[in-house]
Amino acid sequence: MSDLIVLDRVGMVYTTASGSVEALREISLGVGAGEFAALVGPSGCGKSTLLRIIAGLRPATSGAVAVAGRPVDGPLHAVGMVFQVPVLLKWRRVLDNVLLPAELAGLDSRRHEHRARELLRLVGLDGFADKYPRELSGGMQQRAALCRALLLDPPLLLMDEPFGALDAMTRDELNLELLRVWGEGNQRRKTIVFVTHSIPEAVFLADRVVVLTPRPGRVASIVPVSLPRPRTVASRASGDFGALTLQIHESLTRAQPPGR
Amino acid sequence: MDRWLTRNAPAIVLFVALVGAWQVAVSAFGMREYILPSPLVVLRALGGSEIPWAGHLWITTLEIVGAFVLAGVVGVALGIAIAWSPVLAKALVPFLVFVNTLPKVAVAPLFLLWLGYGVVPNMLIGALIGFFPVVINTAVGLTQVDEEMLDLGRVFNAPKWRVFAKIRIPNAYPYILSALKVTATAAVVGAIVGEFVASQKGLGYVIITTQGSMNTPVAFAALVWISVIGLAVYGAVVLAARWIAPWAETSE
Repeated sequence: MSDLIVLDRVGMVYTTASGSVEALREISLGVGAGEFAALVGPSGCGKSTLLRIIAGLRPATSGAVAVAGRPVDGPLHAVGMVFQVPVLLKWRRVLDNVLLPAELAGLDSRRHEHRARELLRLVGLDGFADKYPRELSGGMQQRAALCRALLLDPPLLLMDEPFGALDAMTRDELNLELLRVWGEGNQRRKTIVFVTHSIPEAVFLADRVVVLTPRPGRVASIVPVSLPRPRTVASRASGDFGALTLQIHESLTRAQPPGR
Repeated sequence: MDRWLTRNAPAIVLFVALVGAWQVAVSAFGMREYILPSPLVVLRALGGSEIPWAGHLWITTLEIVGAFVLAGVVGVALGIAIAWSPVLAKALVPFLVFVNTLPKVAVAPLFLLWLGYGVVPNMLIGALIGFFPVVINTAVGLTQVDEEMLDLGRVFNAPKWRVFAKIRIPNAYPYILSALKVTATAAVVGAIVGEFVASQKGLGYVIITTQGSMNTPVAFAALVWISVIGLAVYGAVVLAARWIAPWAETSE
């Protein structure tokens, strides 16, 4: 099986004025093309760092990363990124924010306007194309950020706790929406690496959940999620869902020494 | 207009009360005109033909606007240079801090010595007083950008100039505009100081000449004109801010 992302004993050590901090140790992991992989772990375990290493935004201090068979030695250019905060440009209307990747890449943004409007419609923002970000709720802003990440149709989507700052109901809603946009059932769907600290969110979304240990982050376990797709609100009520959640929870607790 | 009136009612009431009290006090205490003229006398001087106001107003306005534009353009350019290149920043910043610590007013006689009487040296003094906050705010506005936003630039392989054009420079607009409010007042100070030191025209020159003639109402009238210009420049900046960066929180 060919993996789109291959991490081979990736390590990350920060050197600061007060010494060095080991953030990640010997992470080896493969993510298949079209797979939805979730990374869960306690705060500070280096999940976000790992995402940045995959994106080529930060070099690992040891080990190797390859995406689509090529070693990553600089920022990847066919990747969509969604962060914990929407980081929309507040002086641009929603549509222009979604078009930003085209402009940054030096493409003719008018050629992408149709696609941008289609994405906005897909996430229920069709009436908001001409609004400024501050006129949108947090959930709507994050939807717009998702559209921006999808504009140039990247095969790989890296998401760093994208719904972590939202209230529980909006988060559940956006989880369903993300699966719909991702195209469950679609054969040529995108590869997603999704960082979260919510176990139920990871189980609900992912094909596989990668559990990381506290700092230095190592792979504690990899839990395949065999819940049928497309997943619905009812998926959360199934016995399998509960069992997987518990299993991951236990794996996390084992990785996390008591008293922390 | 009605809404403007309601919003500014407290300020208008206070202003009218103060001017009224001034008028009453001057007549009640029998103040001499050359010590403190009454508002009515000042008003008369303001429109009087004794002083060719139009000419003086024109010169001082020219100096203030010139100083403001110069400070704005040079300030933004230096701010961009500092944010663009760490080497330029290292070279420029200590020098700019040194220039800023100079009492600029004290440099005025030198400018006049080098450049002679006229509009240009007074503009330069105003610009010298007003440019520093623009440099600092421009540089800060260009660098206070979310790290994630810059990551997007990297991911889409955007060249540095495009990140400046699309992200950093618009981000700096509110910072630049709030610095320009400071510059608007600094430009007025510079122009008037220059006229005090040596000039043959302008509102600062009018004030200096009244010292000899004890024509205090005219000095007051000149002050009113100066504040009218100052307020106009300041108001223009506020309006520009609303037009250029309506998305920014206004702080006036």
